[in-house]
Amino acid sequence: MIGRRNQSSSRGRGVLAGYDAIAKPRMPHEIGLEEEIRTPSERRIFLALALFAVCFSLVGARLVELAIVGGDRGPRLAAAGEPDPIHRPDIVDRNGEVMATDIVTASLYADGRAIVDPQDTARQLATVLPDINPEEVAAKLETGRAFIWLKRDLTPKQQYAVHYLGLPGLGFRREQKRIYPNGHTSSHVLGTVDLDNRGTAGMERYIDKSLRLGKGEEGGPRAQPIMLSIDMRVQFALRDELEKAQKEFSAKAAVGIIMDVHTGEVVAMSSLPDFDPNDPMVVSDDARFNRATLGVYELGSVFKAVTLASALDSGKVHIDTRLDATQPIHYARFTIHDYHAENRWLSVPEVFMYSSNIGTAKIALELGTPAYREYLRRFGLLSKAEIELPEAGDPLLPPHWSELSTMTVSFGQGIAVTPLQVVAALAGIVNGGTKVKPTLLHHENVPTGERLISEETSTQMRGLLRLVVTEGTGKKADVPGYPVMGKTGTAEKAIGGGYAKHRLISSFLSAFPANDPRYTMIVMFDEPQGTKATYGFATAGWNAAPVTARVVSRVAPLLGIQPIEQPRNDNNMLQQAKLVTFEPETANGRD
Amino acid sequence: MIRLARTNRSQIAEWWWTVDKWTLFALFCLMLIGGVLALAASPAVAMRIHLPPFHFVYRQLFFFVPTIAVMIGVSLLNVRQVRRLAAAGFLIAFGLMLLTLVIGPEVKGAHRWLQIGPLAIQPSEFVKPSFIVLASWMFAEAQRTPGFPGTIIALALYTMVVGILAMQPDFGQLMLVTMVFGAIFFMAGLSWRWIVSLGTVAIIGALAAYTLMPHVASRVDRFLNPDSGDTYQIDRALDAFHTGGFFGRGPGEGEVKRILPDAHTDFIFAVAAEEYGVVAGLIIISIFGFVVMRTLSRAMEEQDLFVQFGACGLVALFGLQALINMSVNVDLIPAKGMTLPFISYGGSSMIALGYTMGMLLALTRRRAGSHVTPPNGKRAYA
Repeated sequence: MIGRRNQSSSRGRGVLAGYDAIAKPRMPHEIGLEEEIRTPSERRIFLALALFAVCFSLVGARLVELAIVGGDRGPRLAAAGEPDPIHRPDIVDRNGEVMATDIVTASLYADGRAIVDPQDTARQLATVLPDINPEEVAAKLETGRAFIWLKRDLTPKQQYAVHYLGLPGLGFRREQKRIYPNGHTSSHVLGTVDLDNRGTAGMERYIDKSLRLGKGEEGGPRAQPIMLSIDMRVQFALRDELEKAQKEFSAKAAVGIIMDVHTGEVVAMSSLPDFDPNDPMVVSDDARFNRATLGVYELGSVFKAVTLASALDSGKVHIDTRLDATQPIHYARFTIHDYHAENRWLSVPEVFMYSSNIGTAKIALELGTPAYREYLRRFGLLSKAEIELPEAGDPLLPPHWSELSTMTVSFGQGIAVTPLQVVAALAGIVNGGTKVKPTLLHHENVPTGERLISEETSTQMRGLLRLVVTEGTGKKADVPGYPVMGKTGTAEKAIGGGYAKHRLISSFLSAFPANDPRYTMIVMFDEPQGTKATYGFATAGWNAAPVTARVVSRVAPLLGIQPIEQPRNDNNMLQQAKLVTFEPETANGRD
Repeated sequence: MIRLARTNRSQIAEWWWTVDKWTLFALFCLMLIGGVLALAASPAVAMRIHLPPFHFVYRQLFFFVPTIAVMIGVSLLNVRQVRRLAAAGFLIAFGLMLLTLVIGPEVKGAHRWLQIGPLAIQPSEFVKPSFIVLASWMFAEAQRTPGFPGTIIALALYTMVVGILAMQPDFGQLMLVTMVFGAIFFMAGLSWRWIVSLGTVAIIGALAAYTLMPHVASRVDRFLNPDSGDTYQIDRALDAFHTGGFFGRGPGEGEVKRILPDAHTDFIFAVAAEEYGVVAGLIIISIFGFVVMRTLSRAMEEQDLFVQFGACGLVALFGLQALINMSVNVDLIPAKGMTLPFISYGGSSMIALGYTMGMLLALTRRRAGSHVTPPNGKRAYA
């Protein structure tokens, strides 16, 4: 039955006297194995013995298993109070400068069960950590809970001081704290992390989503740094100029974006007001709002650049086409005026230069609504920009796209898009006519995007945009040695169904250097005010354009652009425009 | 070392020469380990429930004295005296158990304790070994004397004990008593037909407990599927084994004793493994294993059926209790409150343990002829 009967006896014990057995207590291994098992009860006891042996061995084996691999369920004891900190990769700019990194800090917690005297503990802690409230801490400790946060991210000095108190029941947890050495400078690009080092906004959030950062899993301590397209030097200059200008013009907000026209890389991007990502808990909603990529605006005349590019590329309008701007357009119950009306027939360059709404609307009508919408779609203006940031705004489009919509959209009303979208669209216009995908990540080689407009149209558009700076509304944008081209835009803010006359969005959409555009830029102000120096004017020509000039003069050398001593005077657009009646003063009005 | 001549026929000398000194030594080792671990585990528990830190340590050490006295005292008895003691013990303890139902205070929903002066005792602890010895006697008698209704009497005793345990209620003890009773019944030559039918009854009983008693169901569910409920104590115990590793975190360095309410009783094994390592855990297992194996192997050669059944039953009681406790600690079986003999803090229950092991030592003493097969093949009856 149990297979032991066959075991031969190694030592024939035979029949022994009882006393011998008493004299020599036998070890277990000597017993039972060598003797024949004779009775049923002996067999069954042997079975019980074997069962016990198996059970004890099982417990022993399980014990060894636990020691080596641990329990197969539940979090570790340590996990109750000490989850693995999340290691984030560093973020660096395109030159390898650190924009965000992790440092190890100590955070103080208490084990309420091990606290001997909550009142005394709290009082003593307050002597070395002056910013804690002893009553509050004592109340927390009184709860006796097993894990109580007392203070996150202590300095090494504070940690030493607390340690030196020698209080029982206190412990430190190593934590990763995100540090942004440049503070405010690129806050909207980088975003924020929460107390547990999880990305909550900006590129930090993007990193979490794309790398699936877990508890020390992927993206571990030695994760590769994330290289952004941002150039910190350019970023600093841009933000610095915007900040000064925002103060100068008392603007509610200021936005600036600089983009590489060939790769779509955003070299600098700033939205003011911004915040210090090192201290994300005190950020107001207003400062947190990224106007460059999330805010959508009716940008006004800067849209005309897109309209003209589309119309010229379609072939339905030529550079020498003339348009009747003798009187306003009446459509249904709406009237489209020009702000500085010429009341005559205008050439296409004149329409652009004088920023004629009537002329632009007629050009859009020549093009036709379906074709125009198709161009806008290809320029990426009808859908959300594909950028890494989670903060990307959906454009607001006319709910029913009528002929009137085509006309208003042609000069930038009735459509609200993000500044990022128009910068990317302009890049596609001036770079030879191929689409770029806006990105905040550094890219070495970017394949040429789909063709938006012909190279010829692109060249024509460069001429038109340069004309605005040399002869038109954007004169103040020019920089000696670094020729700038662009288009001003001043739009009244749509408020409560109408347009508010004195609440403006002024912007200057530009590209530089004009001889061979490498970067596009937008500078935008929300509700800028006129100053003495601008004779009270608050239009783009007086604020966004000169700020563009200041930025270009600072960043062009950083970006390795060679200055040219005499801008080539080969802009044939000048002849095309037939500038007999142009007077620069009119540039000061609404455009 | 006491020097006793073999010719010295005094009771002490007789005892010394005949007692199973290896088992005795193993039991003292367990008590020593229990004392050391009481120092490790119980101050943390005592402080948590606002007692002086060494409350449980002193009580543990204090109870060693009567425990050892009872154990040695009972082991001096001869086989016939053991039977009488068991019968008397059964009557008294069973009476006290009935009393707990009437006057016993309710502790955690059960009536198990009696307060006698400063002592809180759990009479069921004394009923268990007494019942095992009596049942063994009845089974042995049934085989020796044809026509004696031993099996019936044993079953009747079993029904009484189990009935009152169910009324307390104390299902842990009920299960333990059932398993040990089944073991003796099995060793006494229960036919396989009976085994199958009784096994079926046991399974039905277990299923009934699972379906009818929510707390049993909850424990089993949590064992089978840890996510279904709170497995806090077990999870922390498992962590303790892991963090302790092979050689432990060192005396006093354990964390689990500060966390688990039952660190000094049901989860002492985890505390031991955390502070002294899995090696210490293996040593404890080995000592329990050694006592069980050694007693069972010696019982195999025993000629006296009563001694054979009694020794096996008592050591099974002891071994199963240890096995269940350790298995719960390492998450091999569902949680069931059971102490680790001699090592867990037990208070008065340790005296009952002394009583149990005293009877075991008394039965396993070498007696003239106990290991001799008489020429006619019939077994002797001391």
